[in-house]
Amino acid sequence: MNNNNNIEMRAVYAQTLIKLAEEDDRIVLLEADLMKATGTTVFKNKFPDRIFNVGVAEANMVGIAAGLSAGGKIPFAASFGCFASRRAYDQFFISANYAQQNVKLVGTDPGISAAFNGGTHMPFEDAGIMRNIPKLVVFEPCDPVSLGKLIIQSAKHKGSTYMRLHRKAARVLYPENEEFELGKGKVLVDGTDVTIIATGVIMVNEALAAQEQLEKEGISAAVIDMHTIKPIDTELVSRYAKKTGAIITCENHQVINGLGSAVAETLSENNPTLMKRIGINDEFGEVGTQDYLQERFLLTAENITNSAKELLNKKKASSFKI
Amino acid sequence: MEDIELKKLEEKANEIRKMTIDEIGYLGVGHIGGALSVVEVLTVLYYKYMDVSPEDPKKKERDKLVLSKGHAGPALYCILADKGYFPKEWLHTLNVGGTNLPSHCDMNRTPGIDMTTGSLGQGISSAIGLALTNRINKSEKNVFLIIGDGESNEGQIWEGAMAAAHFKLNNLIAFTDYNKMQIDGYVHETMNIEDLNSKWLSFGWFVQRINGHNFRELEMAIDRAKEEKCRPSMIIMDTVKGKGAFFAEGRLDNHNMNFNYDTAKEACRILG
Repeated sequence: MNNNNNIEMRAVYAQTLIKLAEEDDRIVLLEADLMKATGTTVFKNKFPDRIFNVGVAEANMVGIAAGLSAGGKIPFAASFGCFASRRAYDQFFISANYAQQNVKLVGTDPGISAAFNGGTHMPFEDAGIMRNIPKLVVFEPCDPVSLGKLIIQSAKHKGSTYMRLHRKAARVLYPENEEFELGKGKVLVDGTDVTIIATGVIMVNEALAAQEQLEKEGISAAVIDMHTIKPIDTELVSRYAKKTGAIITCENHQVINGLGSAVAETLSENNPTLMKRIGINDEFGEVGTQDYLQERFLLTAENITNSAKELLNKKKASSFKI
Repeated sequence: MEDIELKKLEEKANEIRKMTIDEIGYLGVGHIGGALSVVEVLTVLYYKYMDVSPEDPKKKERDKLVLSKGHAGPALYCILADKGYFPKEWLHTLNVGGTNLPSHCDMNRTPGIDMTTGSLGQGISSAIGLALTNRINKSEKNVFLIIGDGESNEGQIWEGAMAAAHFKLNNLIAFTDYNKMQIDGYVHETMNIEDLNSKWLSFGWFVQRINGHNFRELEMAIDRAKEEKCRPSMIIMDTVKGKGAFFAEGRLDNHNMNFNYDTAKEACRILG
């Protein structure tokens, strides 16, 4: 891993929105007293009349965003994921989605990346509750390149979206010219024995580290960056279920109603396949460094590696033959 | 207001009131109380103040109304039908499966509805978003907002109150339909909202208090609100829930009540 190749994700968020705003006067921003955290002060300096800070009032922020959309604007509204989702859920559900508006809601600091802010600020369920909103697109980019490209896709998408945004620095995984499409996962590494489907910065990087370890042990693992959790890329999941006969999902989120659930749902209906879900197992968050929390909740390459080997043993023993 | 204009508005309001009673009575159940208390304000807005085009409901440059107490939709539907947004026959489809006229306002189903509402408290934020849009677009158009008194229990109303004043949204003119009743009883007994004038004033709004069934007072208040240069306006309207329907007026159980079509027809006959 090349640590020099890290870029701050929030800088990509702000710069991409500035670029979009220069081309499209419908782009506006909303903040709820976290402009400094989200890094959008640079946007304010450039477009002071197109960013609205509503103070500590997330429900009002999302409602105002819906009104701006009803007036024809394309609002991006951001807060910590716990507040963007849980605190403003009904506003996002009714004023934005039920009303068929075009609100791009951003929940920052997903899962354990909330670190020192602790359990009150640690969304393990945001993508899950968002997945229950009809037609909503839910996604979580894993690197700076995909973040920039997927924000543009989100702006183009007719309808609301929810993005989990890891604000901190992240390793560049994709070449600058890589193209992305919401709803279409990316095969980062091909493989034949087991498929690791991961989402978000922390878990895609852990999945890649696990793949390297497994390769050393003679196991061929495919790694898929499933940036879009809804709609889930059923075709890709089915293809790799058939190809490898064993699926592991990895998410910095509860396994209940997140990526693991989405993959399990499509597999059980289309290609019943052995699988293991790695993520938070029905627990609340807690305080600590991100490294501590990764160990605490087993969001590690080591856990993925061990789970892959266990799954392969089950595959050998089971009736689920490829 | 000239006497002739007053007479016209009063006649129109009476007609809308009868249409609303007929519309809900045909179905046999509905939010009759809170629909009848906003008939005059809706009438004065749509027949005197609002720049709208029934032939082009989504016209870019137009005044907009957010009926945040979305359950009063049936009164607004009568006005929209009367103005030609859709056929009057639709009124008898209220709440029937597949209808374009649902119990709560839906901008994607009903021509002329500017914002989807129904989850109380949310309309103020939507209205702020629309008012900010007008400001960005340098449009002179107004956004009108009607909230309920029971709705004013919602925290989001006060988040919006703070924000609209902070953003100095003088293009936002709001009304509180203060009919003194909510589902579980009188407002002052269920969750008191007084001192309502002082609350809005202290949040930084231009506040007026009027009789919400009196067109001269409505006109004076809206004219003054339109002249306001740097504050959003709140016009608190003292109203009567169920106004004009003999079987509903002033009754604590009129929020969402059953009444048959014969009763509705009798109420309309009394109204003349």
